[in-house]
Amino acid sequence: MIRMNVRKTMTTQDGERDLNVDVTIERGEVLALFGPSGAGKTTLLRLLAGLSRPDEGSIVVDGETWFDSRRRINLALQKRKVGFVFQDYSLFPNMTVRENLLFALDDRSRTGEADEWLSVLDLTQLADQKPHQLSGGQKQRAALARALVRRPEIVLLDEPLSALDIDLRLKLQDELIAVCRKQNITAILVSHDVSEVFKISRRVLVMKEGKIIRSGAPENVFVENNVSGKFKFTGEIVAIKKDGVVNILTVRIGNTMTQVVATDEEIVRLKIGSRVIVAAKAFNPMILEYNDDR
Amino acid sequence: MSYDLEPLFLTFRLATVTTLILFVLGIPLAYWLSFSKSRWRIVIEPLVSLPLVLPPTVLGFYILLAFSPKYAFGHFLESNGIHIVFSFWGLVIGSVLFSLPFMVNPIKSGMQNFPVTLIEAAYVLGKSKMEILLKVILPNVRPALLTGIVMAFAHTIGEFGVVLMVGGNIPGETRVASVAIFSEVEALNYETAHVYSLILVVISFLVLFLFYFFNRKSVRLF
Repeated sequence: MIRMNVRKTMTTQDGERDLNVDVTIERGEVLALFGPSGAGKTTLLRLLAGLSRPDEGSIVVDGETWFDSRRRINLALQKRKVGFVFQDYSLFPNMTVRENLLFALDDRSRTGEADEWLSVLDLTQLADQKPHQLSGGQKQRAALARALVRRPEIVLLDEPLSALDIDLRLKLQDELIAVCRKQNITAILVSHDVSEVFKISRRVLVMKEGKIIRSGAPENVFVENNVSGKFKFTGEIVAIKKDGVVNILTVRIGNTMTQVVATDEEIVRLKIGSRVIVAAKAFNPMILEYNDDR
Repeated sequence: MSYDLEPLFLTFRLATVTTLILFVLGIPLAYWLSFSKSRWRIVIEPLVSLPLVLPPTVLGFYILLAFSPKYAFGHFLESNGIHIVFSFWGLVIGSVLFSLPFMVNPIKSGMQNFPVTLIEAAYVLGKSKMEILLKVILPNVRPALLTGIVMAFAHTIGEFGVVLMVGGNIPGETRVASVAIFSEVEALNYETAHVYSLILVVISFLVLFLFYFFNRKSVRLF
């Protein structure tokens, strides 16, 4: 369990601002941090990893004090069992993918584990490539493998998937969820993508100007007037077309496109790129088996 | 017709020794200047670059004073059998000080331009400062290291003022090529001066040519 109660003055684009958070995170939980830039999401991750030092407060992880301003405790960041996946991946350019993983190991006798992670994340073929030869998704997987090979108890991900195209993103989201669940890893993920938050995390903290303004399950946090729909998907509007008296909205939900009908009233506040929830009340859908190899 | 090639050998011996010492000294100094938050940095940084603007004679003059047997420190060294002034090692000290910015500044700018997130990533992976320097920073600033080595070496070959002040003109000990050319010209031995000069021009050109050739893409000298 992570118990974090800290204050830190951050320098943002709009001048100095206090980050002030008090949060408890359960072991094995996948938590999303959501909010505009400058809200303090990355700073929160950096404080936990030890890359920045809180002005005051305390961080206690599984009963061990990592930071306590009053007792003058500040555990060296090298000793915090944390994996960090940076936004720009930060792979060492002088090392191959495999060497990046080996560098992360303290114990050379565990090289077998590096190879295992390479195969889990589908990187075996690329093990001897240098980072500059990899695509964005491959770099992201290599960075994730490098973070996980250290057997961290906590993995911090700073918008790791934001630069990837949608298909790859969905695939990596699945991999990430599977890995964290299997290893019982606590994961904290910064994301700007509502559908990603819905998919990956059970709890989301919405941050604004250094404070947590809302927290809870994504469906409670993001859906303001809680529809009791039987079906509910979040998606993004990609097209709005007028057709007679109604409008046809094309909505991207995950990587599938769907079209829904909306009245003029309903679309007043909507525009292309708006995030919407498509919900349908009581109806009887058909369920067909879906075969992936088709 | 044969010429005394001793001054040329001496020049390259001096340049090699100086470059080696500067390499060992330059890396920690550049690292400190790049990453330290110490208040002293704003004093040390201009000191390192001082030889770029001072006349070499000023540096030579102070080295002479510092190591002169007439004063305490030089006297102490002298009484322990260490002769600095007018000796090869005096030249080395002078050259090291004089070429210091040529080694330190390229390495420093290489390190300062090195992405901070890579260093942070290495910290998060549990690495010590030393490990990060040796395995992450240095391998990735290789072009800057090479620039430092070439500049320090080439600059030491071309040195004249400090060498003359500190070393004088003792054949086989302190008479390097640049000093030899000067005294041959004074003695009106233009032919010998020509030979030394031409060899220096050719070798200096080759050093720089090879440097640029192998670094066509990655670096500029200044």
